[in-house]
Amino acid sequence: MGRASYIRKRLFLMVFVLFGVTILIFSMVHFLPGDPAAVLLGERATVENTAILREQLGLNRPLFEQYWLFVSGLVRGQMGTSLVFKQPVNELVLSRVPISIGLAVYAMGIAAVVTLVFGLLAAVNKGRWLDQLIRIVFMFVLTTPSFWFGILLILVLALGLKWFPVAGFGATFQEHIWYLFLPAITLALQLSAVLIRNLRSQVIHTMGSDFARTARAKGLPERLVLLRHVLRNAVLSTVTIFGLQFGFLMGGTLVIETVFAVPGMGQLLFTSITSRDYPVVQAITVVSAVLVIIVNLIVDISYSFLDPRVTYE
Amino acid sequence: MSEDALSGLRPNVAPLPRLGFTMQLQKVGLNATLLSGLVLLGIVMVAAAAAPLLTPYDPIAQSLGDAFQPPFSPDHVLGTDNFGRDIWSRIVYSARLDLQIALISVLFPFVFGGLVGIATGYVGGRLETLFMRIVDVLMAFPFFVLVVAIMSILGPGLINLYIAVGIVGWVPYARLTRGETMAARNLEYVQAARTIGCTTTRIMLRHILPNVIAPAMVYVFTGMVLAIVTGATLSFLGLGPQPPTPEWGAMIAAGRQFLMNGWWMTALPGVALLIVGVALSLIGDGLADRR
Repeated sequence: MGRASYIRKRLFLMVFVLFGVTILIFSMVHFLPGDPAAVLLGERATVENTAILREQLGLNRPLFEQYWLFVSGLVRGQMGTSLVFKQPVNELVLSRVPISIGLAVYAMGIAAVVTLVFGLLAAVNKGRWLDQLIRIVFMFVLTTPSFWFGILLILVLALGLKWFPVAGFGATFQEHIWYLFLPAITLALQLSAVLIRNLRSQVIHTMGSDFARTARAKGLPERLVLLRHVLRNAVLSTVTIFGLQFGFLMGGTLVIETVFAVPGMGQLLFTSITSRDYPVVQAITVVSAVLVIIVNLIVDISYSFLDPRVTYE
Repeated sequence: MSEDALSGLRPNVAPLPRLGFTMQLQKVGLNATLLSGLVLLGIVMVAAAAAPLLTPYDPIAQSLGDAFQPPFSPDHVLGTDNFGRDIWSRIVYSARLDLQIALISVLFPFVFGGLVGIATGYVGGRLETLFMRIVDVLMAFPFFVLVVAIMSILGPGLINLYIAVGIVGWVPYARLTRGETMAARNLEYVQAARTIGCTTTRIMLRHILPNVIAPAMVYVFTGMVLAIVTGATLSFLGLGPQPPTPEWGAMIAAGRQFLMNGWWMTALPGVALLIVGVALSLIGDGLADRR
């Protein structure tokens, strides 16, 4: 199967998954115990009030009609009106999407560098103390809750040493990079904790392969064998993990935004949960699912560019 | 009689090599990673069980006059929070809750995911197709975002946390056991069971299950780490157990506004969280190495 027909097949599957995503989000509101109208009203939920609000939200219409309204709205980019901000949800959410994506991409960039450096160092020093140290340090990083690690960074690097701003986002691009450094490194370290393990074992495995021995035999310095021959072949599976981890990165981004007061989707998500603004919660859930689906598609397709031997079956 | 005089009489045979500590461990199925994880987790569990004996104060009793005592103060070994509550007592009592979260959050996903994986892997056909599509959809969501979205509808609280994690968390267990089951489906022992006329249910539960469950059981410990961090994060965001219940995530959240005059309020509960996380990771890694 060629690349084009593979992409077509993947796009077809993607439409199917998107359909499932809308079904799931829709049924979440409608089948889980707990009436959104009653939850929304909280203590003011009398029988009459709830009935009026259900009417306003359209919760009393037939399910199929409600689902149709939900999906046709999504397709047209309309996701209802925020119950708190009284503003169209799509304006509210979409203006924040670039900030969250920017933070995630920033973290991915740092993670790539950290992974390459420490993954290669660990592999080259296999079994020695440096390898053990890297393994132990990143095991700790992996189990550290990111929100707590972020607060510790604020405590030490921002409040204590005053090297970085405590929170916020900045106004210019340089300021964004500056302000977002601490949240990005928090996310990046956790991401690379997963990736380093994988890259280390892949590099060790590839170093024993025939082509690496050939490269050594013809007298290439070890550094070139590693960087030119081994790394290019070892990195492929790490890229796969990178794609699979994007969902976790997305979730982490949303949480870390609340710690560093970054005005992205996460901050909106958690204020909306507190204020029970469920159209906004729904919209953010849809958007983050769509992002994960797109990133996984890109990762799958990028294989054939990274490794010409990859064929799609 | 001196030692030297006897030495000539002894047969000249090299003594049996003594087993090193690591080899002795391996004989009973332990390795250093697994052992250190078990010891660490054991300490935490004992502390949680013996909480009333180990803690001098009531974890929720306020004493405003004693607020913001730093760690190693004469009366409070880990200091006090903004309400003058003893942090050591709160951390130890919280271990009960967080260990409970770790355990219960993996219980349903493990049982349900395991059964779904065996059923779909063994029976195949339409059931499997349906299952794979559901997995595709669930995998499209960032785990944490979906859990949060479900909780936003259910409302905050411990039970709802279990429900939300349960709805999302069974997928990895199902995928693991499904893969193992598909590999085992046509092995001799399954064919033998089929030949002597065992029912499908019996084959799945009595023959396949014991042989395919190991990877999922190893994953349980990774799942527990994930559950504990997820639980703490949700409670950090105010969606978990409600105050004044001591819970590490909630304690971290409460300390955030007092970073300047009470860093220990935030730092110490995180250390507790980290210790449990590392213990569970070590057990998971150790079990994985053993296979």
